Amino acid sequence: MFLEDGARVGIIGGGPAGSMTAFFLLTFAQRADLKLAVDVYEPRDFLEPGPAGCNMCGGIVSEPLVQTLAVEGIRLPPSVVQRGIDSYVLHRGSETVNIATPLSEKRIAALHRGGGPRGFREMQYGGLDGYLLGLARDRGARVIAAKVRQSGRGEDGRPWLGTGKERQTYDLVVGASGVNPGDWSLYENLGFRCRSPRTARTYITEIRLGAEQIGSHFGNAVHIFFDNMPGLDMAAIIPKGEFVTICLLGEGINQELIQAFCDNPAVRACFPPTWDGQAGSCRCFPKINIRPADFPCLGRAVLVGDCGATRLYKDGIGAAYRTAKAAATTAVFSGVSHAAFARHYRPVYRSIIRDNRYGWAIFMIVDLIKKLEPLARGALSMTAKEQSQPESARRMSVVMWDMFTGSAPYRDVFFKTLDPRFWARFMWETARNLRARRPRPPEEA
Amino acid sequence: MNEGMLGKQYGDGEIICRQGEVGQCMYVVLDGCAQAVSEREGREVVLGRVEAGEVFGEMAIFDKRPRSATVRACGAARVLTLDKRLFLKRVHEDPSFAFGILQKMSERIRHLDAELSRLKQGSGG
Ligand SMILES: Cc1cc2nc3c(=O)[nH]c(=O)nc-3n(C[C@H](O)[C@H](O)[C@H](O)COP(=O)(O)OP(=O)(O)OC[C@H]3O[C@@H](n4cnc5c(N)ncnc54)[C@H](O)[C@@H]3O)c2cc1C
Repeated sequence: MFLEDGARVGIIGGGPAGSMTAFFLLTFAQRADLKLAVDVYEPRDFLEPGPAGCNMCGGIVSEPLVQTLAVEGIRLPPSVVQRGIDSYVLHRGSETVNIATPLSEKRIAALHRGGGPRGFREMQYGGLDGYLLGLARDRGARVIAAKVRQSGRGEDGRPWLGTGKERQTYDLVVGASGVNPGDWSLYENLGFRCRSPRTARTYITEIRLGAEQIGSHFGNAVHIFFDNMPGLDMAAIIPKGEFVTICLLGEGINQELIQAFCDNPAVRACFPPTWDGQAGSCRCFPKINIRPADFPCLGRAVLVGDCGATRLYKDGIGAAYRTAKAAATTAVFSGVSHAAFARHYRPVYRSIIRDNRYGWAIFMIVDLIKKLEPLARGALSMTAKEQSQPESARRMSVVMWDMFTGSAPYRDVFFKTLDPRFWARFMWETARNLRARRPRPPEEA
Repeated sequence: MNEGMLGKQYGDGEIICRQGEVGQCMYVVLDGCAQAVSEREGREVVLGRVEAGEVFGEMAIFDKRPRSATVRACGAARVLTLDKRLFLKRVHEDPSFAFGILQKMSERIRHLDAELSRLKQGSGG
């Protein structure tokens, strides 16, 4: 079952996964002298400000992905990247520790996904999703500005997609509709009889401070909060051009937790005193994929990006790239049968799922460390001390960096923590902190 | 929009990587251009220009030998460093990742072939 000249591919969704699938399908087809017609269905206008034009996300393009895209010939332009990130700042209580990128180079991008926050009409930057969809269009993809509402299979087994007005039959359908809103029945009708991804609710708000205040209060650093707040797995403030983004991830996000986070003195201290601790004009509660769909492929149908599997809490756009490229490579060079996808695509999909198992273990350990004050202080002071040491001697900093930036697979992070030198140093710092904090006996009169 | 610039900024003539160094990374020019020069017996020979979007410094990653040329910025240039390990890992997982670099290398070989035949003709060989 191969894609022949004139074959048609329908992609549900023009987020990063859908656009990159179209981009790579058409790139490979050109290389192999194959004529493909690729339709990308995307109802959002990514130029529109507010949620209608935005696939809500923190907007960090990870260090490996910035490099990977550059090698693929995709250089994210300054009209899309609002800030190059050169460090991460960890906060716990009144303590802060700065971890700079290994090369003192800006290799992490902070950007908006769509046309910018609600009520923001001065279009200074374009969003990532519009940019990637533009690349797919330049390669020859046809973008259909409509939502796919129906799907199914014809008598010959070919999948079809319908928008209400029209129905198109394809040689391959790619599911790239993410989990927001996540209409799983589209995939059931195509034959996917498996569990849909499990999701958790997250929170994002965009606060307008202006470039100058952002520069002076946040710099080019992502701020991570290492405080113990039950239900909150990750809390970050990400500086952009005119806005900073507050991004909270975890399985217990609710209004109370959000307010507690905004009232946290460490959070307030990052902001100018004029900030009232309230959400910005644009806020949303998008879902995040925390458990994959069990099964990513059938004959002539494959799931990529969030509607299949993604990396736990990190680098979701990177996972979209990996699944999109693997699906496109399989389709063009190995065919679109179930066997071809199972053989060539599923290993990539499974590697993401396997890696997330380490991710869960790491988040559990981090959660425990956050709960136990001496361990948390030990971790922070070890990181702080390592900043003046050579790269090779930085153990906690590398773990923290890879963990928070998504720069390395969770498996690598996990194995780095198994190094006895890591634990020896960590325990030493923890013990030192314990001693320093033990109340002294009152002096004898 | 200066905050949105990725990579590292180099001034005109500033050296990005040096001939003879052991290469642990390669580079991509994000903006501007760079010039590759080779130093032999105290003399500098300009090998060529590297334009925006092009990768350089990849030879040291493939053949594990010291860098064959010095590369410096030609005017202001912005350059992104690409980690050797990340590159090799990606190529291992997905060989097509190296396609763009292979394409560029084959272009360079064609150019060198043309140069060589021109030189041979010139020397009457
Ligand atoms: C709070 C939060 C913060 C995050 N932060 C980051 C981060 O900083 N960095 C990072 O790398 N990742 C981050 N992620 C993850 C990232 O957002 C996703 O992994 C990424 O968007 C996945 O891309 P996708 O194309 O699979 O899905 P999406 O981006 O969700 O795109 C799906 C597209 O499909 C379209 N669509 C949906 N249904 C239909 C239909 N029926 N017909 C046609 N089109 C349809 C939608 O309009 C949408 O454009 C974050 C996620 C959340 C929730």
